[in-house]
Amino acid sequence: MATVAAAGAHEAHEHAHYTTTGLNHRKIAMWTFIGSECMLFGSLISTYLVYKGRSVVGPFPHEAWTSPTGQAFKPILNIPVTSASTFVLLMSSLFMVLALAAVENKGKPGYEGLLGASKFWLAATAAAGATFLGFQAFEFTSFVHEGLTIRTNLFGTSFYTLTGFHGTHVAVGVLWLMTMLFIDLKRGLEPRDAINVDIMALYWHFVDVVWIAIFTLVYLIK
Amino acid sequence: MATSSAISTTASAAPQPSVQSGLWSWLTTVDHKRIGLLYLYTALFYLLVGGLEALLIRTQLARPNLSVVSAEMYNQLFTMHGTTMVFLVVMPLSAAFFNYLIPLQIGARDVAFPRLNAFSYWVYALGGLFITLPIFFGLAPNGGWFGYAPLSGPTYGGGYNMDFWVLGLQILGISSLAAAFNFITTIINMRAPGMTLMRMPMFTWMSFVVQFLIVLAFPVITAALFFLQFDRFFGTNFYQVQAGGDPLLWQHLFWVFGHPEVYILVLPAFGLVSEVLPTHSRKPLFGYNVMAFSGMMIGFLGFGVWAHHMFAVGMGPVADSIFAVTTMLIGIPTGVKIFNWIATMYGGSLRFPTSMKFAIGLIAMFTIGGISGVMHSSPPSDLQQTDTYFIVAHFHYVLYGGAIMGIFAGIYHYFPKITGRLMNERLGSWHFWLNFIGLNLTFFPMHFSGMLGMPRRIYTYDAGQGWDLFNMISTVGTYLLLVAGLIFAYNFFSSRKRGAVAGNDPWGGATLEWSIPSPPPEYNFAQIPEVTSRYPMWDLKAPDRTASLEHVHPSADDIAAAHAVPVHEETERRSAKELGIAIPFSTIRPFMVALGIIIMFSGLIVLHVGEFPLAMAAMLGGSAFMVGSLYAWLTSPLE
Repeated sequence: MATVAAAGAHEAHEHAHYTTTGLNHRKIAMWTFIGSECMLFGSLISTYLVYKGRSVVGPFPHEAWTSPTGQAFKPILNIPVTSASTFVLLMSSLFMVLALAAVENKGKPGYEGLLGASKFWLAATAAAGATFLGFQAFEFTSFVHEGLTIRTNLFGTSFYTLTGFHGTHVAVGVLWLMTMLFIDLKRGLEPRDAINVDIMALYWHFVDVVWIAIFTLVYLIK
Repeated sequence: MATSSAISTTASAAPQPSVQSGLWSWLTTVDHKRIGLLYLYTALFYLLVGGLEALLIRTQLARPNLSVVSAEMYNQLFTMHGTTMVFLVVMPLSAAFFNYLIPLQIGARDVAFPRLNAFSYWVYALGGLFITLPIFFGLAPNGGWFGYAPLSGPTYGGGYNMDFWVLGLQILGISSLAAAFNFITTIINMRAPGMTLMRMPMFTWMSFVVQFLIVLAFPVITAALFFLQFDRFFGTNFYQVQAGGDPLLWQHLFWVFGHPEVYILVLPAFGLVSEVLPTHSRKPLFGYNVMAFSGMMIGFLGFGVWAHHMFAVGMGPVADSIFAVTTMLIGIPTGVKIFNWIATMYGGSLRFPTSMKFAIGLIAMFTIGGISGVMHSSPPSDLQQTDTYFIVAHFHYVLYGGAIMGIFAGIYHYFPKITGRLMNERLGSWHFWLNFIGLNLTFFPMHFSGMLGMPRRIYTYDAGQGWDLFNMISTVGTYLLLVAGLIFAYNFFSSRKRGAVAGNDPWGGATLEWSIPSPPPEYNFAQIPEVTSRYPMWDLKAPDRTASLEHVHPSADDIAAAHAVPVHEETERRSAKELGIAIPFSTIRPFMVALGIIIMFSGLIVLHVGEFPLAMAAMLGGSAFMVGSLYAWLTSPLE
């Protein structure tokens, strides 16, 4: 669905046509897309919560577990590590804001230096997103080593699906950011391109907000 | 003309053939009208497919203990009948009207994202083949259109049949969502100056509500289908009871989608009859505001009634009571619509072309379905009716008597706009009456067989239970519906060539689509109209009808920004180039992206067959092809 939104988002009349609301078509489409994404993540998160504590076998997220064969499992969630990755993702939203401001105000007084360096901020946002994905890859790998796969129990099934869907959204965002960075490197983004960055930023912030919900509900609340 | 009782058949010029033709032009078109036609033809084809499936079902059930088809094929037939009619017939027929009419009704030259629009159609067309073709190999989905897990999961629903269903619905969901983003943007942002929300034609209003239902309901089934897909292909535990999975999870998620889906199916038809009734009553729609708000109310309450599909699972008295009350509540805005349509006709100067007959037919038939609906909103009563033919009778009165009748009203009403020619009224009348009688013969006896305890979905039954006569009548009715359908098909195709020339406005319509030539030129409006009331064409042609209504001019800034001119009849047919109107380029890329998606999903089926390298090749190759085509699309200019 993210591709659909990207398709809708990039497509539109380049010229300033009359619009009823004065808003850009793509921006309205992105908001409706975010509305549908809320329902998608709402369903995924609800399912996770409904299944919380209903796994027949471990490992469990917050409790230790000893298997019938006597194997001991620690609580599997590593909250300090995920807090770090959460911090990185939240910082990426800040970088995104600065990237948008840099493109919007390119050439204006006060935006000559770092504040106007859209390439830097786009690269920083993409890098932060990629770092978050790296953390997630590390997390998934270590969980599998500790004995939790997507097939192990209801927790594994609903946890990997929920966080995996979120990770896929981050990956699409990173791809989008890198495409924008490529355009910036190739021809330089101008204030008239700000709408494109703005729409991408909407998507990126949404993906961040969803993570705040997931981090709170999955990791912090026992 | 507007006050004459005869339907005008005189016109200035014969309809002109479309400038473009040939397969390639259809594959690459981004014109909302041609895409609307593609939806229309494809969906009518699937109507035939779904109808033939129903015919086989009814033939099998004509008498006790027949074996016209095998029990396994019977399961595939009833599953595909439901799936086809919901996802491949009624939704796309509505989409045909969304595409064709929304830009014309709001005074726009196209939708907001013409290429995304083509993409939606191609995903639908290819996804339809994906889910339909397996029936020829005996591999069609066989777990019901609702696909209840865990029965549709790997443990009880092995084989490829439900694979096609899960993946097919995922594909079709992409199409509906993409189209909904597009239409919401179009309606919010592309209305002509002066067309405030409360001046929009009622069809556009109902379409607007439906797009929000799609945007909010489809992601829920997308999630539910992903769970099922993961269970089937990757061995997860979502619906695995032995792992602690809840067998009701699917039912809840499915019906959170499934009940709004009912309104997704019926509200466009409500919109169409809300155009037909005022036109042929030659009176403004009674209670326009209430009609718009009741549509919104239906959409809103539609999300709060899903568990009435699940009274029999034992949710407990509290949940049962809440959903019983919300279900009774939703009958109110629906009833309001029925009364408003009747009040629209009251005191009007009525005329009865085929479209009007179908519109009035909808009011009568939908009311029957609505009343039986209120009957099973009460849990004690519902417990007697769940999974019996009484329910089958109910939802066919709602969906056939509601959605399909309304869509036929729309087809007869808008055929002259689409083709430039009128459909034959005598054949139309035959179609209506045979359809009306056939519909009642087929579905009314099901109330009785259901009350006598005949369960849904059974392959056959023993004689002597009091069901024989009712089943025979139902089967005879179905054959009558086939005859009616064939008359319609003949009328449709022969009128395209030989029907009387329609002119701009054969019915004396009130809204903007009737101000332009039939079929409309590719740019729709040579000049964007300036709208001052709900009935711009009646202001022009029958001002006495709209004299008492509010007329407000848009701001001078808006008029100037849109280069708008007062509403007028456009009769000249000049090329877009002569007029200096930019038309989006044709492009194959949306088709290619859709193809990539289908290849990607097909890879999962191959994975199930066990051909791992081939499956990976299809999935990775399909994804790469999709992403590559998407980039090619996004980097090429629109117009």
